[in-house]
Amino acid sequence: MSAQANHRATSPLAGRTLTSGRLPTWAPAATAVAAIAVGCAIGAGAGLSSHIQWGLIAALLFVAGNYAVAARVEGPRQAKDRLATSLVWVCFILAVIPLVSLTVYTIQKGAGVISGTFLTHSMNGVISSEPGGGIYHAIMGTLEQVGLATLIAAPIGLLTAVYLVEYGRGRLARTVTFFVDVMTGVPSIVAGLFVLSFWIIILGFSFSGFAGSMALSILMMPVVVRSTEEMLKLVPNELREASYALGVPKWKTIVRIVIPTAIGGITTGIMLAIARITGETAPVLLLCFTTDVINTNPFQDAQESLPLYIWHQYSLGNDQTYARAWGAALVLIAIVMGLNLIARGIARWRSPKAGH
Amino acid sequence: MDTPSPTVPQDRDDGRNHPPHDTVDLPAQLPSALAQATGQSGVSSPPKAGNRIGDTLFLAASRGSGILLLCIMAAIAIFLGWQASKSIGSNHGNFFTTFEWNADATPPVFGIAVLLFGTVVSSVIAMAVAVPVAMGIALFISHYAPRRLAQPIAYLVDLLAAVPSIVYGLWGALFLVPHMNGLTSWMNDYLGWTYVFGQSDSVAGSAPRNLFTVGVLLAIMILPIITAVSREVFRQVPRMHEEAALALGATRWEMIRTAVLPFGRPGVISASMLGLGRALGETMAVATVLSPSDKLNLHIMDPGGGTFAQNIAAKFGEAFDNGRSALIASGLMLFVITLLVNAGARMIIARRKEFSGANA
Repeated sequence: MSAQANHRATSPLAGRTLTSGRLPTWAPAATAVAAIAVGCAIGAGAGLSSHIQWGLIAALLFVAGNYAVAARVEGPRQAKDRLATSLVWVCFILAVIPLVSLTVYTIQKGAGVISGTFLTHSMNGVISSEPGGGIYHAIMGTLEQVGLATLIAAPIGLLTAVYLVEYGRGRLARTVTFFVDVMTGVPSIVAGLFVLSFWIIILGFSFSGFAGSMALSILMMPVVVRSTEEMLKLVPNELREASYALGVPKWKTIVRIVIPTAIGGITTGIMLAIARITGETAPVLLLCFTTDVINTNPFQDAQESLPLYIWHQYSLGNDQTYARAWGAALVLIAIVMGLNLIARGIARWRSPKAGH
Repeated sequence: MDTPSPTVPQDRDDGRNHPPHDTVDLPAQLPSALAQATGQSGVSSPPKAGNRIGDTLFLAASRGSGILLLCIMAAIAIFLGWQASKSIGSNHGNFFTTFEWNADATPPVFGIAVLLFGTVVSSVIAMAVAVPVAMGIALFISHYAPRRLAQPIAYLVDLLAAVPSIVYGLWGALFLVPHMNGLTSWMNDYLGWTYVFGQSDSVAGSAPRNLFTVGVLLAIMILPIITAVSREVFRQVPRMHEEAALALGATRWEMIRTAVLPFGRPGVISASMLGLGRALGETMAVATVLSPSDKLNLHIMDPGGGTFAQNIAAKFGEAFDNGRSALIASGLMLFVITLLVNAGARMIIARRKEFSGANA
């Protein structure tokens, strides 16, 4: 690549002398601008209503244009290289657009809805087609369900990871590792169905927030195990040996030496797992039912949760409920992103410093 | 780790000869006098009998958690299977070939043909769209992007993996569906001859709440996970291979084709299968976007069809006893399918352990 740079530096931008045969560095940008302009022109000229099509036409023109120009000026091998480069750029832009659009659209639609009333009131007595009401009951439900799920899943996940890293040898450990991996792929709705059949149909309990937390904890466990396992493996063996050499029993070594050393990474993993289950809808839909009133007891009666609230408001299907759904979606995204950022902050704060 | 923790004895005797062991239980072998002699406050060992009880309890607790996880997996299969067998026994249609889903009717008639078709088709579309694009982004981050841009983009992609599926569903139903109108009718006009991309005349112009839109939405949803895992794989390509290729005069693309892609292939395959697992089990995004029907339609641009997870979410509210059991039976099918896909992915990953994307 440095050879290319040299080449470029010595060649005049004008182009087609014997020594150069290279496109100037601004060529791809120019092609991009031209492709977008032509794409928009074609789109507008042909009266295509969907902007997705405008973008696709422009992307196609960009790739084809880059290839054609490079093939003329630089030869087939360089042209192929340009083709790949432009395809990679197009892929990136193709992916970024929907993801940015999702974020922007949610903020746009949701920001206007959120207010003090929205955050502190339930939907009790609110007619669905009227404005008003809020998500307080849903926030309470989500906090309680996720909190309970964490209480169940975090210790089990942590201990399992300790077993796999510190004790696990032989067939049992291999089996557990394999099934933890497989468990990460269990669809959330299947976890919900399992708790439904086991807790509600067979044991005869009623819908409650706790039933939802059990399903959520099933989804959370493998994530906690995997991330904790990675972190425990990073703890240097010398620390363990030093502790053993001092006659410290193994369990105390793990509790006092190994886990405190890795605690930053473990916390990060747990926070990321919490962020992931906070947005789960399907199991909660099956197990917590739905309600418009505030229910702070997760062990009795139906409970609302944020994702469930969004689904419920969406399925009522009028402008007011859509607006409330967007507001709740924005709050949910804010919570999940906040958890993520905190988790990554912890990871950076506690991570081993470079240069040691 | 420069400052691990205050409880770590920093002044251990490095001159002592440690046997090359991993987790051999040293305390049992060391004379307790040695431990006493070191006189470290805070880490001095309690009496011997206490050690053994503590160790036994801790081992039992941690091994017990591992076994509990296995039990949960087994229980999922057993309880779903039990409930499913009840409903399948009462089914008056063929579970695999019946189109309609009337599990609470007398006699109950239901089958998963439409659901299986819809699940497979929407996931295949999602994979066809997402895998090439995700590989593109992964290559962009690992090899193409200016270095200052690469890190924030990688970070952004990771964050987007955390957006809840219900939000994707809301966005899909209220934003993507109207915007897919033009593309759908354009594909109908120009690719209608393929039959698959054609639309029946009766539904022309209706909102594109069809399997194709679902596939596109699923593709957007699984992009981040496939990207995250592929990116890690591409990053681990030995620098020497890349530089050797460049030194032989390869262009950047030739270097990627000859050095990066062959090295990353197993990783990309397993990343794709992880994404496939997610797409198969996705519930809310499908439930919001699709307008379901019990027709098996090869026109993927026609509204209608269904998927396992969507059907469960949609039918659950009005299901009675047998209806629930029937839904559990379809959930069991979904469980088995995702289990096979994930186990396949894990087998491939197992060859290169460090690529595991479970915590991505």
